[in-house]
Amino acid sequence: MPRSRVRRVGRILFSGLAFHVKTLSQSNFFILVSLIQPVIFASIAFYMFRAGGRAPTLLYAALGAGLMGVWSSTLFGSGGAIQWQRWQGTLELIVVVPPPLIQVLLPLTVATSAVGLYSIVATLAWGVLFFGMPLHLVHPFMFAIALIVTVLGLGLLGLVLASTFVLYRHANALSNLLEYPVWLTTGVLVPLSLLPGWTHLIGWVLAPTWGIKALRTAALGGGNPFVGIGMCLLLGCVYLLIGGIFLNHFERLARDRGTLALA
Amino acid sequence: MKFLRVFFIGGLIAYKALFNWLKPSLYIPTMLGSPLFQILFFTYLGRFSGVQNDAFFVVGNAVQACAMSAIYGMTMTIANERFFGTLAPLLASPANRLAMFLGRALPVVVNGLVVSIFGFCVGLLFLHFHLALGQVPGLAAVLVVTVTSCTGLGMLLGSIGLRARDVFFISNAVYWSMLLVCGVNVPLSVLPGWLQGIGRALPLTHGIAAARRIAAGGSLSDVGALVGAEFRIGVLYGLAAYGLFRLFEVEARRRASLERV
Repeated sequence: MPRSRVRRVGRILFSGLAFHVKTLSQSNFFILVSLIQPVIFASIAFYMFRAGGRAPTLLYAALGAGLMGVWSSTLFGSGGAIQWQRWQGTLELIVVVPPPLIQVLLPLTVATSAVGLYSIVATLAWGVLFFGMPLHLVHPFMFAIALIVTVLGLGLLGLVLASTFVLYRHANALSNLLEYPVWLTTGVLVPLSLLPGWTHLIGWVLAPTWGIKALRTAALGGGNPFVGIGMCLLLGCVYLLIGGIFLNHFERLARDRGTLALA
Repeated sequence: MKFLRVFFIGGLIAYKALFNWLKPSLYIPTMLGSPLFQILFFTYLGRFSGVQNDAFFVVGNAVQACAMSAIYGMTMTIANERFFGTLAPLLASPANRLAMFLGRALPVVVNGLVVSIFGFCVGLLFLHFHLALGQVPGLAAVLVVTVTSCTGLGMLLGSIGLRARDVFFISNAVYWSMLLVCGVNVPLSVLPGWLQGIGRALPLTHGIAAARRIAAGGSLSDVGALVGAEFRIGVLYGLAAYGLFRLFEVEARRRASLERV
């Protein structure tokens, strides 16, 4: 790929990401999902873990609740991305611009997971300020890398959601449905070992499973964060491929049938 | 007679028109699927934390699931009049306001009961939760009172929605907060005093405590005080909601701000 083209694609992705992060940060709904909801769920986990006395550290709970927020933000943001553009009347514009649709949509889906970073900051700060949680990261540098890769992995998963949910007329209902099952099957708060064996297969193909693994091993020690980071990157590539195929298919069908703007 | 017609028929029509999630393609994932996984998630989290047994989480979350209907449903059924542009014709009609207001609550209560019963079935089918047949009538009575009481809070939010720009922000925050402060997943005794105070002032808290005792083998007379408290709280919220509804109506007429969204 020529260097000028790489620069152009990079500029589209970066400016799109910056634009969508700013837009989403102004949205009441995303503030709710990225800040208030994770703090409430972190508090529930903190109190349950304290009362039960059997569970691990508060940092474990804070990271889990934070990643739950990243997932919610990705799910609702990316799942409804195309529908949302359609309602705003901008879908036709993003389809007809010269860059491929995936280059325009990818920054949006990554932005929805990047906004979820507020959740992790919020739950960590909440734990430190109100629950006296010691914030000691075993591998701070690895933690930062794990965080970036996790957000990227979820953003790419968001691309798959965006390109498949569009086939279902009520994408928001699907988003409502998928919030808890993914929290459960990816082990963000409940260890996978407690769940039936068949659920492990579901968790295995979902980026949050590996993201939380990478974040926890980087923050708490006891393992190699590169396993989680590597799996997140690998799954990210698969999601990109699947998302690209689905988007092409969706665009071709919509153009053929003239149904792009139809809700 | 006119009061009853507005109450039953008007309430049902309003519910069908304004409750966004009534279609099966929306109802099943949102009103049934979401509570199903909520119950599973918190029960497994409970097993991991070791804080209580499965029954604690099944009863807590199954009763709380009625808030899907009571909070969101009631908010939609009142506040959507404004967003759908039907508030002005509605308030221009001579219909009895109390019948119009209360009638909307009845389908919401029925739906809340369906969702809660579904939640109990999830517990019975998939988790370590058992309920003696003899306890069902008592539990049903507690559920009716609790769902009605929670609908009172939903009415209040719906009334706020006649004025607030983004009422669903408030509804979501209230719904999630109830998971924390109403003893759904965290025993009240574990929470700090001020959070316990908030929880006791909200619907669900006393109802969930009563439902847990009944599910554990208690009788309705054992939980009379809890059920009474739950009912009184619901009535207070309902009165506040109706007061606010009338206040906003008068204010909106006076300031010609009825259709401002």
